[in-house]
Amino acid sequence: MTKQEWPLYEVFIRTKAGLSHRHAGSVHAPDDQMALSNARDTYTRRSEGVSLWVVRSDRIVASDPAETSAFFEPAEDKIYRHPTFYDIPDGVENL
Amino acid sequence: MYTQGLDQGGRDQQAAVETAEQLAAFQKRIDAEEKIEAKDWMPEAYRRTLVRQISQHAHSEIIGMQPEGNWLTRAPSLKRKAILLAKVQDEAGHGLYLYSAAETLGVSRDQMVADLLSGKAKYSSIFNYPTLSWADIGAIGWLVDGAAIMNQIPLCRCSYGPYARAMVRVCKEESFHQRQGFDIMLNLCRGTDRQKAMAQDALNRWWWPSLMMFGPNDSESTHSAQSMAWKIKRFSNDELRQKFVDVTVQQAAFLGISVPDDDLKLDEASGHYNYGEIDWQEFIDVIAGNGPCNQQRLDKRRRAHDDGDWVREAAQAYANKQAARVAA
Repeated sequence: MTKQEWPLYEVFIRTKAGLSHRHAGSVHAPDDQMALSNARDTYTRRSEGVSLWVVRSDRIVASDPAETSAFFEPAEDKIYRHPTFYDIPDGVENL
Repeated sequence: MYTQGLDQGGRDQQAAVETAEQLAAFQKRIDAEEKIEAKDWMPEAYRRTLVRQISQHAHSEIIGMQPEGNWLTRAPSLKRKAILLAKVQDEAGHGLYLYSAAETLGVSRDQMVADLLSGKAKYSSIFNYPTLSWADIGAIGWLVDGAAIMNQIPLCRCSYGPYARAMVRVCKEESFHQRQGFDIMLNLCRGTDRQKAMAQDALNRWWWPSLMMFGPNDSESTHSAQSMAWKIKRFSNDELRQKFVDVTVQQAAFLGISVPDDDLKLDEASGHYNYGEIDWQEFIDVIAGNGPCNQQRLDKRRRAHDDGDWVREAAQAYANKQAARVAA
């Protein structure tokens, strides 16, 4: 059998119910099920999680760091999207 | 530390394609304490230094399973055995976190493993010493993991994000390792005279190799200045070694065993302990592959890798079959 490198999976852990999954690292595995088992053995030996996601790294679509400023530029001049943009006179409560 | 071999390597060549502007912009980010992430632009030498450092660190964790694994079947109680098993498992885990961090820099896992097995890659000199008695398991946790923590806590603030995050995880677990080691030493030291003598013997044999873990003296450490400028390294070898000596000498005093160094003396003015000269020839020999266990460690790792071959093949065959079934 020819040797082939096992694909890389990114691992995400939900530490407890109510929190989002968060990236923890990666594992190699020949298939999805083993990726899940490997992720459990590698990243949750101390009850770090109640839920695990694994996703093939090559399936992740990422923004390009070299284009960061251009990519996120549309949000930059819209400061009125933040509540601090508005002056509220003294005496107005609960706003 | 776990990456002492770095300090022995040749100088990196600056790749020609990097402009002065790029390098200056990069250094500015580093100086501003910004973290560098996997896909960010980085100088080739920064990438190469990190690949070497992180992969050596990973290899050290993997080889580091062996000296302790030696005592798994001989632990004095079921409790001690369960704890040691968890610790050895952690070392494997640390190796995997670190391989995963190194891979973000574009080097493949299989390549790193191949470099370890071929003997091309280095790992920490400390794991080439034998574990002759149960007290050595205590000494390793207390001294070797203690020294590792000194080095690794600052690495949690390393400029390269994936490495820093892996180190946060490692440090949390390392603290358990050090305490369980001290616990073993404490039990032996509070035991019979023979048990205490075992603890003293372990300290005698592990003290100097532990000091060597921090790498060559600052005056000899050629890569240090660049690593400091890049904030990969935060403290020098000698600074960390001094810190280690200062805290460990007091712990030894608590245990009632003595550090095997006639020159050890508290310097009242500085509050630091002065210590004797390290046998650097021994350090160089071990790094070069001529330590007491270098051959044994590599042989065992190769054997373990070969013995696992059928498992990897079976897993791959199963994956292929499942994939074919889905496709059909």
